[in-house]
Amino acid sequence: MNKPLRRVAIFCGILVLALLVRVNWVQFVQGDKLKNHGDNRRVLVERYAHPRGDIIVDGKAVTGSVEAKNGDLKYKRTYKDGAMWSPVTGFASQVYGATQLEKIHDGILSGTDDRLFFDRTLALFSNEEKKGGNVVTTLNGDAQRAAYEGLKGKKGAVAALDPKTGKILALASTPSYDPSKIAGMGDADAWKQLDKKVNPDDISLNRALRQTYPPGSTFKVVTAAAALEHGKVSNIDDPTDTPLPWTLPDTRTELKNEGDIPCKNATLRVALQWSCNTVFGKLGVDVGKDAMKETAEKFGFNSEQFTPVRSNASVWPKKLDRPQTALSSIGQFETAATPLQMAMVTAAIANDGKLMTPYMVDKLTDPNLDVVKQTDPTEMSQPLSADNAQKVQQLMETVVKEGTGKRAQIDGVTVGGKTGTAQHGVNNEGNPYAWFISYAKTDKGSPVAVAVVVEDSEAARGDISGGGLAAPIAKNVMKAVLDRAK
Amino acid sequence: MSVVTNTTTIGAIEAPSRRNTELLMLAFAVAIPVFAYANVGLAKDGSLPAGMLGYGVGLSLLAGIAHLMMRKFARYADPLMLPIATLLNGLGLVLIWRLDQEPAITTAALGGPMAAKQLMWSTVGVALFLGVLLVLKDHRVLQRYTYISMVVALVLLILPMFFPARFGARIWITIPGLGSLQPGEFAKIIIAIFFAGYLMVKRDALALASRRFMGMYLPRGRDLGPIIAIWALSLMILVFETDLGTSLLFFGLFVIMLYVATERTSWVVFGLTLSAVGAVTVASFAGHVQGRVNDWLNPLATKCVNGECGLVTETAQSMFSFGSGGLFGSGLGQGYSRFIGGIAPKSDYILATVGEELGLTGLMAIILLYGLLIERGIRTALAARDPFGKLLAIGLSGAFALQVFVVAGGVTGLIPLTGMTMPFIAQGGSSVIANWALVAILLRISDTARRPAPAPAPSPDAEMTQVVRP
Repeated sequence: MNKPLRRVAIFCGILVLALLVRVNWVQFVQGDKLKNHGDNRRVLVERYAHPRGDIIVDGKAVTGSVEAKNGDLKYKRTYKDGAMWSPVTGFASQVYGATQLEKIHDGILSGTDDRLFFDRTLALFSNEEKKGGNVVTTLNGDAQRAAYEGLKGKKGAVAALDPKTGKILALASTPSYDPSKIAGMGDADAWKQLDKKVNPDDISLNRALRQTYPPGSTFKVVTAAAALEHGKVSNIDDPTDTPLPWTLPDTRTELKNEGDIPCKNATLRVALQWSCNTVFGKLGVDVGKDAMKETAEKFGFNSEQFTPVRSNASVWPKKLDRPQTALSSIGQFETAATPLQMAMVTAAIANDGKLMTPYMVDKLTDPNLDVVKQTDPTEMSQPLSADNAQKVQQLMETVVKEGTGKRAQIDGVTVGGKTGTAQHGVNNEGNPYAWFISYAKTDKGSPVAVAVVVEDSEAARGDISGGGLAAPIAKNVMKAVLDRAK
Repeated sequence: MSVVTNTTTIGAIEAPSRRNTELLMLAFAVAIPVFAYANVGLAKDGSLPAGMLGYGVGLSLLAGIAHLMMRKFARYADPLMLPIATLLNGLGLVLIWRLDQEPAITTAALGGPMAAKQLMWSTVGVALFLGVLLVLKDHRVLQRYTYISMVVALVLLILPMFFPARFGARIWITIPGLGSLQPGEFAKIIIAIFFAGYLMVKRDALALASRRFMGMYLPRGRDLGPIIAIWALSLMILVFETDLGTSLLFFGLFVIMLYVATERTSWVVFGLTLSAVGAVTVASFAGHVQGRVNDWLNPLATKCVNGECGLVTETAQSMFSFGSGGLFGSGLGQGYSRFIGGIAPKSDYILATVGEELGLTGLMAIILLYGLLIERGIRTALAARDPFGKLLAIGLSGAFALQVFVVAGGVTGLIPLTGMTMPFIAQGGSSVIANWALVAILLRISDTARRPAPAPAPSPDAEMTQVVRP
């Protein structure tokens, strides 16, 4: 009987060998994958086992960590002025994961990043509690507060940039949510409010980066820039060859202006001052859809921005016929822009044509505040020459001095701006979006460019215009930045 | 050439008993779990656990008494089996105690702390081990109970059908006031005795009276009867008790013993065909089995309960445990296998705790310990001098090997999960008691096999011859 016995022995050996191979496969080959799997609760336990590093604005943390009262995760995230900062910070929740800066720099904040290896090892030997590193932002607390206060009670967003560097100074979106309320266990009710189906206000939407609106008349500065850049206009005070009324090419539809304004053969300066649809519609057709596209894309249209928080791509339409080109050139049809995008347009003009890459993380530091990574300003593109940029600046300054943007004037400071009112909805039934873009200029250049959009306002339709609703907010944001600089 | 001295001196032709080796190994087998116990306490509270001394003394006493009894009643038995069983049992106790330290899975509803109860069952197990060694002086006695064994095994296997299912399987019988037990664990031993007795008698008929067909020897119709009966029984267990593991164990055990008894490969082919047919048939209409197979194919998939989705399954949790353990593990007491939830981490999924806290290294060591125990069992079968002993030893070792494979393979995702317990390590009284008895029988066979043959009795004929010579 020993022959079959030996074979059974071999069979049992194979069974044991199979088990050994399997555990090697699971624990060694697949080990890291399983260890870091999204459903593996140990990842969360580890993340919240130590106080998380902070997100810092103006040298002060806008986040914090407290020991959680319930659940198996030790520390819980807290936020100061959470609703105001949530478009920047995002949230880090024990239950619902993380978003935005909290997610993108999770490795630094939780201390697991490879760049913090040395600190971890040191903490191991010195028996100190492990801590995460910090994310130092470029934001300006005063500007952010001005933006958030200005938007209070309204639906809208503000994006403000430092034109010289591309630093994001303010990024507000209302109505907003307080990430503290969803940071821990048992926050399911607050979490449900983030669902658009439960709360139609869509409080989790970061309107400054993720919502595209028809830019309306504010887009006319892009059209003006394109016309100058492509040689269709050289002197902003020469009359343009624009009949009034003007019909859209290849159609019998007349393109209307808002009210009875002096648009016939108006100069570029007058046309922007009065926001002439006819002049810029015709100019767009004259420049042509491809040249328009080239300039728009240099300003950042049709591509996502990573600040490092991703913004949606703004849109210059891909397929256009001539009447559509005209409509697109005055910020209607399918043209759409995020508030960040319009701030970038303004910033590029204010910075003499150079568009700096927008960013909101100045540096990453280790727990002892030593710099791990510093972000240096980089030039993204040059949509227009310095000469032409100064011409557009003159146009925009006229708008604030004498045109639709008077409410953005600041004593002793040169301000350039442009209002916009964009219709939306079927047959334009929805409340229009009120836009305002502007920059302030001192003798040291421009320290701030801002874009404001207020949507779906409760106010009566007739009263809504970029100049009325959005310009004061933009003014306060600019003032906040200027006051800080003094 | 000192090695040869034993065999050259004709007067003292006694194989070494190896009892001293066993004693040395036992010292390790007690020291390692005590060390592990201290390790858990240090990791959890930063101090040596209070029960450490009691645990150490208790384990030493159990091992010591077992060893002394071995010296007296099974002097020539295999020296490794007792230490391995003690080590596995000791580590199991530490692991259960370690999991008792997790309040989340030690609630009153889940039965509270279990280490003390498990220690009691282990004591009962060792007592039964000693009982078997004491009462069973010769394993061949068991041959007399062939058909009684069959009846008892059948009763044990069928009984759970009349009791309510627990944790999805009907493998328990509940005795009011005493608790519940898993008769399958005992049936495993008893049915091996029946097979050994039955096959010893029938092996010639099964091996020789067969027709050659397409290069294979096919059994005669009337010899097929009992085999078909066993097959039907194991299918019934699968269907009515929804117990994949026990069913697989019994049929596998039968095929192995049949093969060893008849030395005919055709039986293996025949057996595998039957089990494949059975498995496919049952899997195609039993939802319980299908669920297990789905979990096996997609171990990380989430589930939905009462409309709430994205929940992590036990299977996924155990895979995360293994993966998080990595090469060297988190250290005893520092893992999170409690996420598996419920009572499972202490019973079916206890290997997940081993994998996470002792790492790949520790898990491989445990698997190798099982492998070694199986190897000693098969070696006993090879060394046994009588066919019944051979068959019984291979049956018990084979059952043990299949059980280890089915449980460990199931938990690590090698094969679909079945509801069986890891011998010696997992929480559960029936399992630990039955496996101690199993080891005792193997040791008895091993003792008989290695015992030196008694000196030939002086032959009276020799005297006669001398007298007759002139």
